[in-house]
Amino acid sequence: MMNPKDLQAIYMLWLRQMKRFIRAKSRVLTTIIQPLFFLFILGFGFNIAVFPGMTGSYINFLAPGIIAMAILFSSMFTGVSVLWDRQSGFLQEVLVAPVSRLSIVIGRTLGGATVALFQGVVIMIIAIALGVHVVSPGGLLLTLVIMVLLSFTAVGFGLILASKMRDFEGFQSIMSLILMPLLFLSSMFFPVSNSLPVWLQVISYCNPLFYMVDGIRGSFTGANYVLHPLIDLAIILTLCVIIMGLGSYFFNKSEA
Amino acid sequence: MEIIETENLTKTFEGFTAVDHIKFSVRKGEIFGFLGPNGAGKTTTIKMLTTLLYPSEGTASIAGFDILKQRAMVRENIGVVFQEPALDTELTGRENLDFHARMYGLSPETRKKRITQVLSLVDLDERKDVLVKFYSGGMKRRLEIARGLMHSPTVLFLDEPTLGLDAQTRRAIWDYIKKLNKDENTTIFLTTHYMDEADFLCNHIGIIDHGKILVMDTVDALKKSVGHDVITLTCSDIEKLQKRLEQESWVSNATPHTSFLTLGVERGEEKIPVIFDIARTISVSITSIDVRKPTLDDVFLYYTGRSMREQTGEAPRMKPMKSAGFPMRRRQ
Repeated sequence: MMNPKDLQAIYMLWLRQMKRFIRAKSRVLTTIIQPLFFLFILGFGFNIAVFPGMTGSYINFLAPGIIAMAILFSSMFTGVSVLWDRQSGFLQEVLVAPVSRLSIVIGRTLGGATVALFQGVVIMIIAIALGVHVVSPGGLLLTLVIMVLLSFTAVGFGLILASKMRDFEGFQSIMSLILMPLLFLSSMFFPVSNSLPVWLQVISYCNPLFYMVDGIRGSFTGANYVLHPLIDLAIILTLCVIIMGLGSYFFNKSEA
Repeated sequence: MEIIETENLTKTFEGFTAVDHIKFSVRKGEIFGFLGPNGAGKTTTIKMLTTLLYPSEGTASIAGFDILKQRAMVRENIGVVFQEPALDTELTGRENLDFHARMYGLSPETRKKRITQVLSLVDLDERKDVLVKFYSGGMKRRLEIARGLMHSPTVLFLDEPTLGLDAQTRRAIWDYIKKLNKDENTTIFLTTHYMDEADFLCNHIGIIDHGKILVMDTVDALKKSVGHDVITLTCSDIEKLQKRLEQESWVSNATPHTSFLTLGVERGEEKIPVIFDIARTISVSITSIDVRKPTLDDVFLYYTGRSMREQTGEAPRMKPMKSAGFPMRRRQ
């Protein structure tokens, strides 16, 4: 299915994103600094707060969620930025090229994942410098794997959105109406414990983001997690395959 | 061999039919011109043929591959220059070309050679390392064309290739298109609303208006269909003179227009005195008269009843070929 031409195309699409990312200096800064605000302000603000079901310092609890959030936003942005390419006309150039649609999706996904991973790792290093406890080198490796999968999933989700929307307003509503609540219920800021109303607990456990945050928590800090990180990994992997499949399908169907 | 063939190709946008059951074919190795005013359906047709839009009805084949069922194979065989710039403005001019070359699998040597070649063709060598977002509109357009000419596909689609370019660049691009067609046997499908462009480049022409093909033939045959020579005149009573001249056997296509009358005749020079005599007998005075070989403008006027210029909102003119500052050969 993949011939050298497709591999070349994947590389080119990846390279394009790298160049664009490096040149958009403000974006580099915002995407790293914004999560750091969360980490610092919330981390120190809730430093002495005690949540039911939480052990250790709050920043230890918070850091995995912030890493997940940074990757999620960055990757979704990559997926949705197909809209930019559509508006600027550049998408046509990509779509008429003699390369498979799959390699276009892969190229964009890898580009987005690289950027997201870079941001995630920067935050990770800062978190460690702030005293966040690392459970083991193996755990750290697993964290990176989960981060990559999380990024793929979010790019795929962004592609689905981009194929259904013609402008950015729809994207903004989805961000504030769907993504924000899901983020809050992902156990990112506070643990999902029995003190929450049952229906909120149910929503939390149905929330895909929960398993992503839980997976990073289990593998990175090894504290406050609910499921074994490998179980989280299996859930995330399944989700990733489904969303990426749908993303490619919709992208393939869309007109320039 | 037919390299492009359409079968009732149709596209509707929310009830509006942009392309209406068109059927045409283009032979391998020829330069085919799709002529029509803005909004006639040219770009929509190109977008369907290049797999960017799904037809609402009908289908087409490119190099033997169906645009609905064998989309990947169609893309293998085509190249497109879009009417609107389709460039990545965050990359430099050279990077845009490099991106294209790699997407089309050009070898490193060819890539280098072609990039240099097309950059000098459109006179952008000096600006090649500047980000495209700092390019002017004309520069973007030139880069866009340069990019489309880089790889030699079986069929190259050019959507209004020289729209908004200066005369010199237009000429250079025409020559390059001809060369590409000759040297690499690239079939070229171009849309334009410049008659001189179609005249200079195309073997076959299709005139499209309101989503329908009005006529399709070789440039020569189309011109002959209008008449051997075209006489354009203004006079005191266009309608009266037209009615009278229509009765003459040597007059074909006596067509009245808002401010002038056109006649298709043979040996036009000899007919001028005759026309003056006839006009005098019915007491119509002729204020100006002009005889020339038919141009594609006359063809367009004949088949659509409107000149290309009227379409785009400019005042109709006596001599349709005298358009905005481009050097043209009016009398052939």
